[in-house]
Amino acid sequence: MNKYILEMRSITKTFPGVKALSNVNFQVEKGEIHCLVGENGAGKSTLMKVLSGVYPFGEYSGDIVLNGEVQKHSGISDSEKAGIAIIYQELALVPELSVYENIFLGHEIKKGRIIDWNETILRAGAMLKKVKLNNVNPASKIKDLGVGKQQLVEIAKALSKDVKLLILDEPTAALNEDDSENLLKLLRELKEQGVTSIMISHKLKEVIAIADTVTVLRDGQTICSLSAAKGEISEGVIIKHMVGREIDNIYPKRENKEFGDIVLEVKDWCAYDPKIGRDILHNLNFKVRTGEIIGIAGLMGAGRTELAHSIFGNPGEYRIKGELFVLGQKKHFKSPNDAIKAGVAYVTEDRKGNGLILIDDIKQNITIANLKSLSQQGILNKNEEVKTANYYKTSLNIKAPSIEQKVGNLSGGNQQKVSLGKWLFVKPNVLILDEPTRGIDVGAKFEIYTLMNELVKQGLSIIMISSELPEVMGMSDRIYVVSEGKIAGELTAEEATQEKIMKMATN
Amino acid sequence: MGVFNEAKNLMKQNIREYGMYIALVVIMLTFSIATDGLFMASRNISNLINQTGYIAVLAVGMTLILIIRHIDLSVGFVAGFLGAVAAILLTKAGMPVWATIVIVLAAGALLGSFIGFLVTKMGIPSFVATLAGMLIFRGALLRVTSGTGTIIIPNKGFNAIGNGFIPDIANIEGIHTLTLILGAFAIGLYIWSELNNRKNKLTYNFEVLSKLMFAIKLLFVSLVIGYVTWILAGYNGLSWTVVIVILVVLIYHFITNKTVLGRHIYAVGGNPEAAKLSGINVNRITVIVFSSMSMLAALSGILFTSRLQSATTTAGTLFELDAIAAAYVGGVSAAGGVGKVTGSIIGAFVMASLINGMNLMGVDISYQYIIRGAVLVAAVIFDVKTRNKRA
Repeated sequence: MNKYILEMRSITKTFPGVKALSNVNFQVEKGEIHCLVGENGAGKSTLMKVLSGVYPFGEYSGDIVLNGEVQKHSGISDSEKAGIAIIYQELALVPELSVYENIFLGHEIKKGRIIDWNETILRAGAMLKKVKLNNVNPASKIKDLGVGKQQLVEIAKALSKDVKLLILDEPTAALNEDDSENLLKLLRELKEQGVTSIMISHKLKEVIAIADTVTVLRDGQTICSLSAAKGEISEGVIIKHMVGREIDNIYPKRENKEFGDIVLEVKDWCAYDPKIGRDILHNLNFKVRTGEIIGIAGLMGAGRTELAHSIFGNPGEYRIKGELFVLGQKKHFKSPNDAIKAGVAYVTEDRKGNGLILIDDIKQNITIANLKSLSQQGILNKNEEVKTANYYKTSLNIKAPSIEQKVGNLSGGNQQKVSLGKWLFVKPNVLILDEPTRGIDVGAKFEIYTLMNELVKQGLSIIMISSELPEVMGMSDRIYVVSEGKIAGELTAEEATQEKIMKMATN
Repeated sequence: MGVFNEAKNLMKQNIREYGMYIALVVIMLTFSIATDGLFMASRNISNLINQTGYIAVLAVGMTLILIIRHIDLSVGFVAGFLGAVAAILLTKAGMPVWATIVIVLAAGALLGSFIGFLVTKMGIPSFVATLAGMLIFRGALLRVTSGTGTIIIPNKGFNAIGNGFIPDIANIEGIHTLTLILGAFAIGLYIWSELNNRKNKLTYNFEVLSKLMFAIKLLFVSLVIGYVTWILAGYNGLSWTVVIVILVVLIYHFITNKTVLGRHIYAVGGNPEAAKLSGINVNRITVIVFSSMSMLAALSGILFTSRLQSATTTAGTLFELDAIAAAYVGGVSAAGGVGKVTGSIIGAFVMASLINGMNLMGVDISYQYIIRGAVLVAAVIFDVKTRNKRA
């Protein structure tokens, strides 16, 4: 009898232009809790998507062996039949349906062709007991439960499908400490009952507390597998393997750095998001000076983008406490427009979602945030507009046949340059860059880094939010590490190491 | 050969825009042949245009509504209700015509901003808010006409808006001279603005059409304007309705193409999230667009009431769907962000030509509806297909 319930052998998965996984080997023993760790973009989620059939057989190379049998999933339903259940970070429950309807959604208990509701409710109650939700009424609606309980309902749903291998993608990312503790306890109990779990997590403390084995992925490759029984697991070792890569010299050096006055500063900055009903930022303090690039590092979900939004006119309508100073003056931005007027610009993380208007052309996208300067009494000077757009197309080296090209047809790197052009055209004092090089190739990255250096030399200040540690370290003069909505630490460029940042970020 | 290639490229790049004009020409030619030229007779074309006026102004407003990803189902009965209000102001209150028009247009703008308020601040989907508006204004129309039923308007000045023609200076052999002069003036204005535009572009060193192609374009458009003027001059000349529609189109064309407001409207339609993060006040734009829509609905009500010389209890029924269909036929994208005021006007005339032509041919009303539906679907398929090709 094979001791492995799952073996993934030399899995390779490529996306156009990127090798997301290259010859990954991943083995999970029966009845263990196996943690999968790695930096953002290391390939964890991709690997799990291959396993669960999101990328069906044929779209990857290599073998998936489950209980000694090679699997060829053509979709999620196949992997579910094989006993694999995956629980994503964003919960896949229907908020308006009851707990029991959700648990058996997609595999309803039927008598003939008709759903047997009595049996459903009865069985749902049993499932809830299994996940220690004894006092939850199966008839209550999902939306009336807290996030922690919803997570447990997800697990109950997985268990109802007779799961052999449970995969949890960052299950505790949205949970508070009590709920996290509960969840980990439950995983241990399920282990006693013979359920094997794979958990993806950024929180190394949890990983150390619960894992029997830890596999580290980096840049789409398996780095190592550590065993708890052999005493190989410690925070230091994991972090070393996670980041252990030389910083490439793609970060151009800046000479003669000179920092001036403080341009933007926040004091005791707190934000509460009424939509999700919890505090997202707690007492943040930071500042940026003329000619300085500060890096905001932290893991996904740490509150980095929320921070940018809260400063940039608060379009998400958080409830904010604290003080914001721009050029020494106290400011209350009521809208992004106020922020722009005060000289703050924000290049969004999600170019396609909320950064650019994809159906419009390069010209319209570059000028949209500052049409005022191209108009008199509200009437546009279209010739000046063309001139402006051509100027940024040339100076930023946007590769496109003309400024009339639709932005949706450009590559990621060129889209990012259009985004930068749009915000440089508002002539800002402070430029907030949110993941400025996500999803773009090395060449374009280098161009953007060079441009950033050029801009600070001209007296701009840059706040760069990034989850790529080498980038944060290569470009920033000072680094703030954000973790769970708080500033976990501040480091100068000289004292920063990937290990230090990672340790603060995962704390 | 150079000109021919340039023309081909121009055609390729603008196929969506030109497609509609071509469709309109094909429909008109087909009906002309099928009716032995009756369709293109001066009298028929003049009638066709005057009948389309009140839908055309609605289509202009609806274009903006659809661009910002909303819909307005209330416009039909807003037009009906405010038309009746106009009738009451003229007859019972004895208001002068100009005051009536100002009051009714202002009332329309006010109603529209209230709908905008419901959509933005109250967060009610526009479909629901305007569906409720449709019911409410239908009720309001019945209410104000409940005692009297149809309200006959004896005011000649008001009735001229929908039925009258501009005066003539000297009618020579049945040809409306002032119309011809205005037509010539329009051609002159067109050529002047194109030349000016070209000169401007050249000073900026931008690419322009070759001289020959430019001349061909000028000649072609001038001929079209000239021909339409000639046809209209052959009957009673320009009607007041045409004058009003042209003014509305010119104003909205200018706003959408040349102003910051227009660009902001397209941005909100193209990506509301990005627009918001670009410092655009999305709520403000939405309220302005709904307000303009209802104001145009008021204008539509004035045109319709004046044309019938009375306010009826059913005025405005299904206007909204005609306007929406005209906008979609005219190339407005169902996904928002794309569409032109001029396109929607052409769309309105395509739909009106179909009705008029089929009536002349004696096509049964049952087939008429089916054919109109088919044309709507065909137009949108054409739009979607050509859009995908370019993307």
